[in-house]
Amino acid sequence: MVTRTAHEVAAATPDPELPPLTIADLGILRSVEHEGDTVVATITPTYSGCPALREIGVDLRRRLAAAGFARVEVRTRLAPPWSSDWITAEGRRKLAEAGIAAPRAVADEARGEAAAGEAARRGGPVPLSLLPARPEVACPRCGSARTVRTSAFGATACKALYRCDECREPFEYVKEI
Amino acid sequence: MSSDDNPYDLLAEEHGEDHRWAFGTGFTDPLAGVDAAVPAGIDAAGLAAYCLMLGDDALIYSHRLQQWITRLPELEEETAVANIALDLLGQARLLLARAAAADPSLLPSGDGPGEDRLAFFRDEPQFRNVRLVERADADFAELVVRLLVFATWRLAVFERLRDGADPVLAAIAGRAVSELAYHRDYAAQWVVRLGDGTDVSRDRVRDALAAVWPLADELFARHPVEQALGGVAADPAAVRAEADLVLDTVLSTAGLDRPSAAPLGLVRGRAGRDGVHTEDLGYVLAELQSVARAHPDATW
Repeated sequence: MVTRTAHEVAAATPDPELPPLTIADLGILRSVEHEGDTVVATITPTYSGCPALREIGVDLRRRLAAAGFARVEVRTRLAPPWSSDWITAEGRRKLAEAGIAAPRAVADEARGEAAAGEAARRGGPVPLSLLPARPEVACPRCGSARTVRTSAFGATACKALYRCDECREPFEYVKEI
Repeated sequence: MSSDDNPYDLLAEEHGEDHRWAFGTGFTDPLAGVDAAVPAGIDAAGLAAYCLMLGDDALIYSHRLQQWITRLPELEEETAVANIALDLLGQARLLLARAAAADPSLLPSGDGPGEDRLAFFRDEPQFRNVRLVERADADFAELVVRLLVFATWRLAVFERLRDGADPVLAAIAGRAVSELAYHRDYAAQWVVRLGDGTDVSRDRVRDALAAVWPLADELFARHPVEQALGGVAADPAAVRAEADLVLDTVLSTAGLDRPSAAPLGLVRGRAGRDGVHTEDLGYVLAELQSVARAHPDATW
Protein backbone atom coordinates (compact mmCIF):
# COMPACT_ATOMS: atom_id res chain seq x y z
CA MET A 1 0.00 0.00 0.00
CA VAL A 2 1.36 3.38 -0.94
CA THR A 3 1.15 5.77 1.98
CA ARG A 4 3.70 8.41 1.04
CA THR A 5 3.80 10.19 -2.26
CA ALA A 6 6.51 9.20 -4.70
CA HIS A 7 7.94 12.69 -4.40
CA GLU A 8 8.24 12.44 -0.62
CA VAL A 9 10.02 9.09 -0.89
CA ALA A 10 12.40 10.26 -3.62
CA ALA A 11 13.13 13.55 -1.89
CA ALA A 12 14.26 11.71 1.27
CA THR A 13 17.09 9.93 -0.59
CA PRO A 14 20.41 10.93 1.02
CA ASP A 15 23.35 12.12 -1.05
CA PRO A 16 26.09 9.45 -0.85
CA GLU A 17 28.90 11.99 -0.50
CA LEU A 18 27.08 14.44 1.79
CA PRO A 19 24.85 12.01 3.72
CA PRO A 20 23.27 14.56 6.07
CA LEU A 21 21.69 16.17 3.00
CA THR A 22 19.02 14.70 0.77
CA ILE A 23 19.10 14.98 -3.00
CA ALA A 24 16.19 17.41 -2.69
CA ASP A 25 18.23 19.60 -0.30
CA LEU A 26 21.03 19.68 -2.89
CA GLY A 27 18.77 20.43 -5.85
CA ILE A 28 19.85 17.22 -7.61
CA LEU A 29 16.28 15.87 -7.75
CA ARG A 30 14.65 17.77 -10.60
CA SER A 31 11.21 16.17 -10.71
CA VAL A 32 9.13 13.14 -9.77
CA GLU A 33 6.24 12.43 -12.10
CA HIS A 34 3.76 9.68 -12.83
CA GLU A 35 3.72 8.48 -16.43
CA GLY A 36 0.95 5.87 -16.58
CA ASP A 37 1.84 3.33 -13.92
CA THR A 38 5.52 4.34 -13.87
CA VAL A 39 7.16 6.75 -11.46
CA VAL A 40 9.76 8.79 -13.31
CA ALA A 41 12.40 10.45 -11.12
CA THR A 42 14.70 12.88 -12.88
CA ILE A 43 18.10 13.80 -11.47
CA THR A 44 20.91 16.16 -12.55
CA PRO A 45 24.65 15.53 -12.14
CA THR A 46 26.51 18.16 -10.12
CA TYR A 47 29.77 17.62 -12.08
CA SER A 48 30.38 15.70 -15.34
CA GLY A 49 32.36 12.99 -13.56
CA CYS A 50 30.40 12.81 -10.32
CA PRO A 51 30.46 9.10 -9.38
CA ALA A 52 27.58 9.56 -6.95
CA LEU A 53 24.95 9.88 -9.66
CA ARG A 54 24.84 6.14 -10.27
CA GLU A 55 24.54 5.45 -6.51
CA ILE A 56 21.71 7.96 -6.26
CA GLY A 57 19.84 6.28 -9.10
CA VAL A 58 20.18 2.85 -7.50
CA ASP A 59 19.07 4.17 -4.12
CA LEU A 60 16.11 6.01 -5.65
CA ARG A 61 14.87 2.86 -7.35
CA ARG A 62 15.27 0.80 -4.19
CA ARG A 63 13.46 3.32 -1.97
CA LEU A 64 10.58 3.83 -4.36
CA ALA A 65 10.20 0.06 -4.82
CA ALA A 66 10.21 -0.45 -1.04
CA ALA A 67 7.52 2.24 -0.71
CA GLY A 68 5.25 0.27 -3.05
CA PHE A 69 5.93 1.82 -6.42
CA ALA A 70 6.32 -1.16 -8.71
CA ARG A 71 7.53 0.57 -11.84
CA VAL A 72 10.27 3.14 -11.44
CA GLU A 73 12.44 4.87 -14.02
CA VAL A 74 15.36 7.15 -13.23
CA ARG A 75 16.30 9.67 -15.87
CA THR A 76 19.24 12.04 -16.19
CA ARG A 77 18.72 15.65 -17.17
CA LEU A 78 21.79 17.64 -18.23
CA ALA A 79 20.31 21.05 -19.01
CA PRO A 80 20.24 23.47 -17.39
CA PRO A 81 23.43 22.45 -15.58
CA TRP A 82 23.25 22.06 -11.82
CA SER A 83 24.11 25.14 -9.82
CA SER A 84 25.10 25.33 -6.16
CA ASP A 85 22.45 28.07 -5.98
CA TRP A 86 19.92 25.25 -6.08
CA ILE A 87 20.93 24.06 -2.61
CA THR A 88 17.93 24.87 -0.40
CA ALA A 89 17.92 26.83 2.85
CA GLU A 90 17.41 23.53 4.66
CA GLY A 91 20.40 22.10 2.78
CA ARG A 92 22.56 25.04 3.83
CA ARG A 93 21.51 24.61 7.44
CA LYS A 94 22.45 20.92 7.33
CA LEU A 95 25.82 21.71 5.72
CA ALA A 96 26.66 24.16 8.50
CA GLU A 97 25.61 21.57 11.08
CA ALA A 98 28.01 19.08 9.46
CA GLY A 99 30.88 21.59 9.66
CA ILE A 100 30.86 22.31 5.91
CA ALA A 101 30.68 25.88 4.63
CA ALA A 102 27.84 26.47 2.19
CA PRO A 103 28.56 27.98 -1.23
CA ARG A 104 28.26 31.69 -1.87
CA ALA A 105 25.60 32.72 -4.36
CA VAL A 106 26.69 32.79 -7.99
CA ALA A 107 23.37 34.08 -9.33
CA ASP A 108 24.15 37.75 -8.91
CA GLU A 109 27.60 37.77 -10.55
CA ALA A 110 28.54 35.08 -13.04
CA ARG A 111 25.03 34.00 -13.91
CA GLY A 112 23.66 37.42 -14.61
CA GLU A 113 20.98 39.18 -12.62
CA ALA A 114 18.50 39.62 -15.42
CA ALA A 115 17.86 38.20 -18.84
CA ALA A 116 20.34 40.65 -20.37
CA GLY A 117 23.05 39.64 -17.95
CA GLU A 118 22.32 36.00 -18.63
CA ALA A 119 22.65 36.54 -22.39
CA ALA A 120 25.94 38.37 -21.91
CA ARG A 121 27.26 35.56 -19.79
CA ARG A 122 26.35 32.91 -22.31
CA GLY A 123 27.75 34.88 -25.19
CA GLY A 124 30.99 36.03 -23.67
CA PRO A 125 34.12 34.33 -22.44
CA VAL A 126 34.55 33.31 -18.81
CA PRO A 127 36.96 35.85 -17.25
CA LEU A 128 40.41 34.58 -16.33
CA SER A 129 41.29 34.62 -12.65
CA LEU A 130 45.03 34.91 -12.01
CA LEU A 131 44.94 35.46 -8.27
CA PRO A 132 44.02 32.74 -5.82
CA ALA A 133 40.49 33.32 -4.56
CA ARG A 134 40.20 35.69 -1.61
CA PRO A 135 36.86 34.46 -0.55
CA GLU A 136 34.63 35.63 2.20
CA VAL A 137 33.84 32.23 3.58
CA ALA A 138 32.93 32.20 7.24
CA CYS A 139 34.24 29.35 9.38
CA PRO A 140 31.37 26.91 9.94
CA ARG A 141 32.68 26.19 13.46
CA CYS A 142 33.43 29.58 15.02
CA GLY A 143 31.92 31.95 12.46
CA SER A 144 35.14 33.89 11.95
CA ALA A 145 35.71 35.51 8.56
CA ARG A 146 39.48 35.07 8.95
CA THR A 147 39.72 32.02 6.71
CA VAL A 148 42.11 30.99 3.92
CA ARG A 149 41.69 28.61 1.06
CA THR A 150 44.28 25.84 1.34
CA SER A 151 43.24 24.00 -1.83
CA ALA A 152 40.96 24.86 -4.72
CA PHE A 153 39.98 21.19 -4.90
CA GLY A 154 38.82 18.78 -2.23
CA ALA A 155 37.95 15.18 -1.45
CA THR A 156 34.97 15.29 -3.81
CA ALA A 157 34.40 17.21 -7.03
CA CYS A 158 32.06 19.66 -5.33
CA LYS A 159 34.32 20.82 -2.48
CA ALA A 160 37.42 22.93 -1.78
CA LEU A 161 39.56 23.02 1.39
CA TYR A 162 39.82 25.94 3.81
CA ARG A 163 41.37 26.71 7.16
CA CYS A 164 40.17 29.07 9.84
CA ASP A 165 42.91 31.36 11.23
CA GLU A 166 40.80 32.05 14.33
CA CYS A 167 40.02 28.57 15.64
CA ARG A 168 42.76 26.94 13.52
CA GLU A 169 40.43 24.21 12.27
CA PRO A 170 40.41 23.04 8.65
CA PHE A 171 37.02 22.79 6.98
CA GLU A 172 35.42 21.98 3.65
CA TYR A 173 33.58 24.43 1.42
CA VAL A 174 31.04 23.48 -1.23
CA LYS A 175 32.31 25.33 -4.33
CA GLU A 176 30.01 27.84 -5.97
CA ILE A 177 29.26 26.72 -9.51
CA MET B 1 33.36 -25.24 -6.10
CA SER B 2 30.86 -22.96 -4.50
CA SER B 3 31.44 -19.31 -5.16
CA ASP B 4 31.65 -18.76 -1.40
CA ASP B 5 35.09 -20.37 -1.48
CA ASN B 6 36.67 -17.59 -3.46
CA PRO B 7 36.16 -13.94 -2.66
CA TYR B 8 36.94 -12.95 -6.24
CA ASP B 9 34.13 -15.12 -7.53
CA LEU B 10 31.85 -13.49 -4.99
CA LEU B 11 32.82 -10.07 -6.28
CA ALA B 12 32.14 -11.07 -9.84
CA GLU B 13 28.76 -12.63 -9.11
CA GLU B 14 25.64 -11.04 -10.45
CA HIS B 15 24.06 -9.11 -7.64
CA GLY B 16 20.84 -7.19 -7.53
CA GLU B 17 20.75 -3.57 -8.59
CA ASP B 18 21.44 -2.39 -5.05
CA HIS B 19 24.35 -4.68 -4.16
CA ARG B 20 27.71 -3.86 -5.63
CA TRP B 21 31.16 -4.54 -4.35
CA ALA B 22 32.43 -1.00 -4.34
CA PHE B 23 31.22 2.57 -4.59
CA GLY B 24 31.30 3.75 -8.18
CA THR B 25 31.02 0.33 -9.80
CA GLY B 26 28.11 -0.84 -11.89
CA PHE B 27 28.30 1.86 -14.53
CA THR B 28 25.17 2.79 -16.38
CA ASP B 29 24.69 4.90 -19.46
CA PRO B 30 25.60 8.48 -18.45
CA LEU B 31 22.89 9.65 -20.86
CA ALA B 32 20.15 7.40 -19.44
CA GLY B 33 16.79 9.04 -19.98
CA VAL B 34 18.22 11.80 -22.20
CA ASP B 35 16.48 12.01 -25.58
CA ALA B 36 19.14 10.60 -27.93
CA ALA B 37 17.39 11.50 -31.19
CA VAL B 38 19.58 13.52 -33.55
CA PRO B 39 17.58 16.59 -34.64
CA ALA B 40 16.50 16.71 -38.28
CA GLY B 41 19.01 18.45 -40.50
CA ILE B 42 22.05 17.34 -38.50
CA ASP B 43 24.32 14.73 -40.07
CA ALA B 44 24.38 12.00 -37.40
CA ALA B 45 27.65 10.45 -38.61
CA GLY B 46 29.34 13.86 -38.60
CA LEU B 47 28.00 14.64 -35.12
CA ALA B 48 29.32 11.30 -33.86
CA ALA B 49 32.74 11.91 -35.42
CA TYR B 50 32.87 15.32 -33.76
CA CYS B 51 31.87 13.97 -30.33
CA LEU B 52 34.55 11.33 -30.75
CA MET B 53 37.24 14.01 -31.24
CA LEU B 54 36.20 15.94 -28.16
CA GLY B 55 35.63 12.76 -26.16
CA ASP B 56 39.00 11.24 -27.11
CA ASP B 57 40.80 14.45 -26.11
CA ALA B 58 39.25 14.20 -22.65
CA LEU B 59 39.71 10.43 -22.30
CA ILE B 60 43.40 10.37 -23.23
CA TYR B 61 44.25 13.51 -21.30
CA SER B 62 42.41 12.26 -18.25
CA HIS B 63 44.52 9.09 -18.38
CA ARG B 64 47.76 11.07 -18.65
CA LEU B 65 46.72 13.15 -15.63
CA GLN B 66 45.79 10.02 -13.68
CA GLN B 67 49.34 8.77 -14.24
CA TRP B 68 50.52 11.69 -12.09
CA ILE B 69 48.59 10.53 -9.03
CA THR B 70 50.97 9.69 -6.11
CA ARG B 71 53.83 11.54 -7.90
CA LEU B 72 52.75 15.15 -7.47
CA PRO B 73 54.77 17.59 -5.34
CA GLU B 74 52.11 18.33 -2.73
CA LEU B 75 48.94 16.76 -1.39
CA GLU B 76 46.89 19.74 -2.60
CA GLU B 77 48.16 19.14 -6.13
CA GLU B 78 47.27 15.43 -5.88
CA THR B 79 43.73 16.44 -5.05
CA ALA B 80 43.60 19.04 -7.78
CA VAL B 81 44.93 16.85 -10.58
CA ALA B 82 42.75 13.89 -9.51
CA ASN B 83 39.68 16.14 -9.61
CA ILE B 84 40.59 17.58 -13.00
CA ALA B 85 41.16 14.07 -14.38
CA LEU B 86 37.78 13.02 -12.96
CA ASP B 87 35.98 15.97 -14.57
CA LEU B 88 37.58 15.13 -17.93
CA LEU B 89 36.72 11.45 -17.59
CA GLY B 90 33.11 12.44 -16.95
CA GLN B 91 33.14 14.64 -20.05
CA ALA B 92 34.69 11.79 -22.05
CA ARG B 93 31.98 9.35 -20.93
CA LEU B 94 29.19 11.73 -21.93
CA LEU B 95 30.77 12.54 -25.30
CA LEU B 96 31.59 8.93 -26.20
CA ALA B 97 28.07 7.90 -25.18
CA ARG B 98 26.71 10.68 -27.44
CA ALA B 99 28.93 9.47 -30.31
CA ALA B 100 27.77 5.87 -29.80
CA ALA B 101 24.10 6.87 -29.77
CA ALA B 102 24.37 9.14 -32.82
CA ASP B 103 26.21 6.62 -35.01
CA PRO B 104 26.22 3.00 -33.76
CA SER B 105 28.24 1.98 -36.84
CA LEU B 106 31.28 3.53 -35.12
CA LEU B 107 31.25 0.87 -32.43
CA PRO B 108 33.74 -1.98 -32.36
CA SER B 109 31.96 -5.33 -32.10
CA GLY B 110 31.09 -6.54 -28.61
CA ASP B 111 28.32 -6.42 -26.04
CA GLY B 112 29.38 -3.72 -23.61
CA PRO B 113 28.04 -0.19 -23.38
CA GLY B 114 28.95 2.00 -26.35
CA GLU B 115 31.27 4.25 -24.34
CA ASP B 116 33.26 1.21 -23.13
CA ARG B 117 33.56 -0.31 -26.58
CA LEU B 118 34.84 2.99 -27.95
CA ALA B 119 37.32 3.47 -25.10
CA PHE B 120 38.70 -0.04 -24.87
CA PHE B 121 38.36 -1.73 -28.26
CA ARG B 122 39.56 0.82 -30.77
CA ASP B 123 43.18 0.89 -31.97
CA GLU B 124 45.43 3.93 -32.30
CA PRO B 125 44.43 4.97 -35.86
CA GLN B 126 40.78 5.11 -34.73
CA PHE B 127 41.47 7.59 -31.95
CA ARG B 128 40.76 11.20 -32.89
CA ASN B 129 42.46 13.12 -30.06
CA VAL B 130 44.99 15.86 -30.72
CA ARG B 131 48.62 14.89 -30.18
CA LEU B 132 48.97 17.47 -27.38
CA VAL B 133 47.12 15.23 -24.90
CA GLU B 134 48.94 11.96 -25.54
CA ARG B 135 52.40 13.12 -24.44
CA ALA B 136 53.66 12.40 -20.94
CA ASP B 137 54.70 15.48 -18.97
CA ALA B 138 58.41 15.73 -18.19
CA ASP B 139 57.75 17.55 -14.90
CA PHE B 140 55.15 19.54 -13.00
CA ALA B 141 55.90 22.69 -15.01
CA GLU B 142 55.03 20.83 -18.19
CA LEU B 143 51.85 19.54 -16.57
CA VAL B 144 50.57 23.04 -15.78
CA VAL B 145 51.65 24.49 -19.15
CA ARG B 146 49.93 21.69 -21.10
CA LEU B 147 46.83 22.02 -18.92
CA LEU B 148 46.78 25.78 -19.44
CA VAL B 149 46.92 25.44 -23.23
CA PHE B 150 44.39 22.59 -23.35
CA ALA B 151 41.87 24.08 -20.91
CA THR B 152 42.08 27.54 -22.48
CA TRP B 153 41.32 26.12 -25.94
CA ARG B 154 38.65 23.70 -24.74
CA LEU B 155 36.88 26.33 -22.64
CA ALA B 156 36.68 28.70 -25.63
CA VAL B 157 35.29 25.89 -27.82
CA PHE B 158 32.77 24.69 -25.22
CA GLU B 159 31.53 28.22 -24.53
CA ARG B 160 30.39 28.26 -28.16
CA LEU B 161 29.04 24.69 -28.12
CA ARG B 162 26.47 25.69 -25.47
CA ASP B 163 24.50 27.32 -28.26
CA GLY B 164 25.04 24.51 -30.77
CA ALA B 165 22.23 22.84 -32.69
CA ASP B 166 22.53 19.42 -31.04
CA PRO B 167 20.78 19.76 -27.67
CA VAL B 168 22.71 16.88 -26.08
CA LEU B 169 26.12 18.21 -27.07
CA ALA B 170 25.04 21.71 -26.01
CA ALA B 171 23.97 20.36 -22.59
CA ILE B 172 27.24 18.45 -22.12
CA ALA B 173 29.14 21.65 -22.95
CA GLY B 174 26.92 23.67 -20.63
CA ARG B 175 27.96 21.50 -17.71
CA ALA B 176 31.63 21.35 -18.72
CA VAL B 177 32.26 25.09 -19.12
CA SER B 178 32.49 25.88 -15.42
CA GLU B 179 34.71 22.83 -14.86
CA LEU B 180 37.09 23.91 -17.63
CA ALA B 181 37.23 27.48 -16.34
CA TYR B 182 38.29 26.08 -12.96
CA HIS B 183 40.98 23.90 -14.60
CA ARG B 184 42.30 26.80 -16.63
CA ASP B 185 42.53 29.12 -13.64
CA TYR B 186 44.34 26.45 -11.60
CA ALA B 187 46.91 25.98 -14.38
CA ALA B 188 47.23 29.73 -15.04
CA GLN B 189 47.91 30.49 -11.37
CA TRP B 190 50.65 27.86 -11.28
CA VAL B 191 52.27 29.14 -14.50
CA VAL B 192 52.39 32.61 -12.91
CA ARG B 193 53.86 31.22 -9.67
CA LEU B 194 56.53 29.26 -11.53
CA GLY B 195 57.34 31.95 -14.09
CA ASP B 196 57.52 34.64 -11.43
CA GLY B 197 59.25 32.34 -8.94
CA THR B 198 62.86 31.21 -8.61
CA ASP B 199 65.51 30.81 -11.31
CA VAL B 200 64.90 27.07 -11.25
CA SER B 201 61.13 27.34 -11.58
CA ARG B 202 61.46 29.91 -14.37
CA ASP B 203 63.86 27.68 -16.31
CA ARG B 204 61.55 24.73 -15.87
CA VAL B 205 58.47 26.57 -17.08
CA ARG B 206 60.42 27.96 -20.07
CA ASP B 207 61.46 24.44 -21.03
CA ALA B 208 57.86 23.34 -20.61
CA LEU B 209 56.62 26.07 -22.93
CA ALA B 210 59.21 25.05 -25.53
CA ALA B 211 58.07 21.43 -25.30
CA VAL B 212 54.31 22.06 -25.39
CA TRP B 213 54.04 24.97 -27.81
CA PRO B 214 54.71 23.02 -31.05
CA LEU B 215 51.62 20.92 -30.24
CA ALA B 216 49.27 23.87 -29.71
CA ASP B 217 48.63 24.67 -33.39
CA GLU B 218 46.77 21.44 -33.99
CA LEU B 219 44.07 22.55 -31.54
CA PHE B 220 43.14 25.50 -33.72
CA ALA B 221 43.26 23.78 -37.12
CA ARG B 222 39.81 23.44 -38.67
CA HIS B 223 39.11 19.80 -39.55
CA PRO B 224 36.69 18.75 -42.33
CA VAL B 225 34.44 17.17 -39.67
CA GLU B 226 34.06 20.57 -37.99
CA GLN B 227 33.74 22.35 -41.30
CA ALA B 228 30.82 20.16 -42.37
CA LEU B 229 28.94 20.63 -39.08
CA GLY B 230 28.01 24.29 -39.21
CA GLY B 231 25.70 25.24 -36.37
CA VAL B 232 26.63 22.11 -34.40
CA ALA B 233 30.42 22.30 -34.07
CA ALA B 234 32.51 25.23 -32.92
CA ASP B 235 35.10 26.46 -35.42
CA PRO B 236 38.43 26.05 -33.58
CA ALA B 237 40.10 28.60 -35.84
CA ALA B 238 37.57 31.18 -34.65
CA VAL B 239 38.54 30.74 -30.98
CA ARG B 240 42.23 31.41 -31.60
CA ALA B 241 42.09 35.14 -30.86
CA GLU B 242 40.24 34.59 -27.59
CA ALA B 243 42.61 31.82 -26.52
CA ASP B 244 45.69 33.85 -27.50
CA LEU B 245 44.48 36.76 -25.41
CA VAL B 246 44.19 34.50 -22.36
CA LEU B 247 47.56 32.82 -22.95
CA ASP B 248 49.32 36.14 -23.55
CA THR B 249 47.82 37.57 -20.36
CA VAL B 250 49.06 34.61 -18.34
CA LEU B 251 52.53 34.65 -19.92
CA SER B 252 53.05 38.38 -19.50
CA THR B 253 51.88 38.23 -15.87
CA ALA B 254 54.35 35.40 -15.34
CA GLY B 255 57.15 37.38 -17.00
CA LEU B 256 57.50 34.76 -19.72
CA ASP B 257 57.90 35.19 -23.46
CA ARG B 258 55.60 33.50 -25.89
CA PRO B 259 57.66 30.72 -27.51
CA SER B 260 58.37 31.01 -31.20
CA ALA B 261 58.76 27.25 -31.75
CA ALA B 262 57.49 25.92 -35.07
CA PRO B 263 54.43 23.64 -34.94
CA LEU B 264 55.01 19.90 -34.88
CA GLY B 265 54.83 18.69 -38.48
CA LEU B 266 51.96 16.79 -40.00
CA VAL B 267 52.37 13.33 -41.54
CA ARG B 268 51.34 13.63 -45.18
CA GLY B 269 49.02 16.43 -44.13
CA ARG B 270 47.46 14.43 -41.33
CA ALA B 271 47.60 14.55 -37.53
CA GLY B 272 45.72 13.39 -34.41
CA ARG B 273 42.24 14.27 -35.68
CA ASP B 274 42.89 11.93 -38.66
CA GLY B 275 44.16 9.11 -36.46
CA VAL B 276 47.85 9.86 -37.04
CA HIS B 277 49.47 9.92 -33.62
CA THR B 278 52.87 9.99 -31.96
CA GLU B 279 54.18 6.76 -30.48
CA ASP B 280 53.17 8.04 -27.03
CA LEU B 281 49.52 7.15 -27.63
CA GLY B 282 50.43 3.47 -27.88
CA TYR B 283 51.72 3.50 -24.30
CA VAL B 284 48.57 5.19 -23.04
CA LEU B 285 46.30 2.70 -24.80
CA ALA B 286 48.34 -0.29 -23.63
CA GLU B 287 47.68 0.73 -20.05
CA LEU B 288 44.15 1.97 -20.57
CA GLN B 289 42.91 -1.03 -22.55
CA SER B 290 44.87 -4.08 -21.39
CA VAL B 291 42.51 -5.21 -18.62
CA ALA B 292 39.38 -4.78 -20.72
CA ARG B 293 40.97 -6.66 -23.62
CA ALA B 294 42.32 -9.49 -21.47
CA HIS B 295 38.85 -9.96 -19.93
CA PRO B 296 36.41 -8.94 -22.66
CA ASP B 297 33.45 -10.43 -20.79
CA ALA B 298 34.18 -8.72 -17.49
CA THR B 299 31.70 -6.29 -15.99
CA TRP B 300 32.37 -3.40 -13.63
